[in-house]
Amino acid sequence: MYTVPLPRIGTDLAWRDAAKRLIGAAIPPQDVLWDFGSEMGELFATATPLPPPSRRIKAPQSFIQMADTVVWHKDPQRFARLYAMLWRLRHETGLMQDRADQHLAKLRQMEKGVNRCKHKMKAFVRFRDLRQGGDRRSFAAWFEPTHHTVEPTAPFFARRFADMDWMIATPDVTAQFVDGNLSFHPGQPKPDLPEDGAEALWGIYFCNIFNPARVKIQAMTSEMPKKYWKNLPEAQHIHDLIAGAEAKMQKMQDAAPTIPPERAERIQKQLRQQKDDDQ
Amino acid sequence: MARMTLSDKLAILSDAARYDASCASSGTARRDSRDGKGLGSTEGSGICHAYAPDGRCISLLKILMTNFCIYDCAYCINRVSSHVQRARFSPDEVVQLTIEFYRRNYIEGLFLSSGIIRSPDATMSDMVQIAKRLREGENFRGYIHLKTIPDAAPELIEQAGFYADRLSINVELPTDNSVKAYAPEKNPVTIRKAMGDVKSRKEVAAEKSYTGKRGKRFAPAGQSTQMIVGADGSTDATILGQSTRLYGAYQLRRVYYSAFSPIPDATAQLPLIKPPLVREHRLYQADWLLRFYGFGVDEITAARPDGNLDLELDPKLAWALQNRALFPVDVNRASKDMLLRVPGFGTRTVGRILSTRKHRGLRYGDLLQMGAPVKKAQPFIIARDWTPGALTDSANLRARFAPPPQQLSLL
Repeated sequence: MYTVPLPRIGTDLAWRDAAKRLIGAAIPPQDVLWDFGSEMGELFATATPLPPPSRRIKAPQSFIQMADTVVWHKDPQRFARLYAMLWRLRHETGLMQDRADQHLAKLRQMEKGVNRCKHKMKAFVRFRDLRQGGDRRSFAAWFEPTHHTVEPTAPFFARRFADMDWMIATPDVTAQFVDGNLSFHPGQPKPDLPEDGAEALWGIYFCNIFNPARVKIQAMTSEMPKKYWKNLPEAQHIHDLIAGAEAKMQKMQDAAPTIPPERAERIQKQLRQQKDDDQ
Repeated sequence: MARMTLSDKLAILSDAARYDASCASSGTARRDSRDGKGLGSTEGSGICHAYAPDGRCISLLKILMTNFCIYDCAYCINRVSSHVQRARFSPDEVVQLTIEFYRRNYIEGLFLSSGIIRSPDATMSDMVQIAKRLREGENFRGYIHLKTIPDAAPELIEQAGFYADRLSINVELPTDNSVKAYAPEKNPVTIRKAMGDVKSRKEVAAEKSYTGKRGKRFAPAGQSTQMIVGADGSTDATILGQSTRLYGAYQLRRVYYSAFSPIPDATAQLPLIKPPLVREHRLYQADWLLRFYGFGVDEITAARPDGNLDLELDPKLAWALQNRALFPVDVNRASKDMLLRVPGFGTRTVGRILSTRKHRGLRYGDLLQMGAPVKKAQPFIIARDWTPGALTDSANLRARFAPPPQQLSLL
């Protein structure tokens, strides 16, 4: 029996290295326990060292890509499921193309969940200006992802916000970008971030880009689920926007047509004049 | 009058911009700022940073430079004859708003549009200046979408395309007659000429010269347009016919359909009904069938004699019910083209069927397992252990899918 410890930071590489050694030594899935972030404690710790890296291990590229994503899922069974799939792939060629295999379907579903979580993180992280002075501006955000997605998503923020320092703190892992260097640290409780005046402007934009004549609440919540709202400054306006929409629409419909302002006639006359001159 | 604050202006000029449906930030060249000398990135797929309660994605800061306008288009909130409050951003205000919003990860970039002030050239020139300052002053590498003014000078369009990822010109209404009736200062011929111009400039930019040098950058995310639906009497067949011509002739990335919705201080010319949202949705579905599923306009619009799409059923299902002789199709044998015509099957489902059927004969449960929407497809397919029998031709098949008839309300 092997118990494989997997760290919270660098989980992907650690899993991949262990899986290669185990599959190389033909260790069957039932003989492996995966221990993420030492959650199992001492009870299951065994002294059996992993087999040494052996011959080249062949696995389809599509599996490796999928595994690189699935390792970040929150399901404690993810490592065992991946290893079981890798075990089957030794003899079942073409398995990765079989969309009707239920074990593969489950892994694909987990992959989709992680990808969605990564995408939502790119969308919903909201930075606040720390106003620290100095050459580079610095910003910080608090975010609560569904899966362990800080590490695989942080490079996106590094590519995008390279001329400023930033930190994304989460309960799980904290990403920090200082002077162009990205690093990861243990998670933390929600930090006290300074107020940021830009949030009020952003709220004004959110309220005014909304069209009260076309309320579609479900379309909003399916893409921006309520679990994210508490960390989105604009979400505090949603309730009032929905409550006031019907009345706003009614007001537009009830309003009687008005007589155009005086300047309208003047401008239009000028415009017609210009057109005639052009022709 | 008291001086307007930035908040006041932002409120007015985003309110004025909400009738443009597009908020796309996808499909442009890949850029990033890893060198530490600039701000922003674009990576192929766009990101929706928020959703408003109207269900629309908020990806870009979508604002008007000004809502002063010398034109009098009946459907527009900013027409000269409206009493709506007017405002104008300074170039600096637009640049700062964009950059500060972007740094906080609120947006992917800027979608700048404008009312026509003084002249088309003067307006376009001010917009280009803003884009230029973002790119060259602030080293901004995020997404920029500029609305182009049809009558603006060619060199201004060239500059706009150099700084922007996407350009757009709205055709506004589906027929030339409607444009004449509701937007008297706009000229459909000029609009089309401007779109043709953008298309050929883009082609030139893509070509390499004999030295292998690339042309000057020009709107890598292409051009798009918008049509207002439900303001005039055009049928869906007319609208989709127009879209097909636009996609073909000007290589548009997208045609947006915008259900005409009530505006404050509206003119008596137009009906202030509830916006036809279902119709808008059906048009988008049909648009997809035309572009990615191999359908022709005639096939889609033939289901009903009045030239409009069925509001109760999606257009593919409506087509299939009219063409039952072609069904059921065998998921284990049918061609890709035919599978794409099965109601409920999207491109992804079809891809999964094709890859899986190399390994095994597909059963009903296999389709379920791969996430195919089988409930809709059921009457139209055959699998190893499934045949619809008389279901395909049964008289009440439509009733299975259409929403139950609603009792008329008493008031």
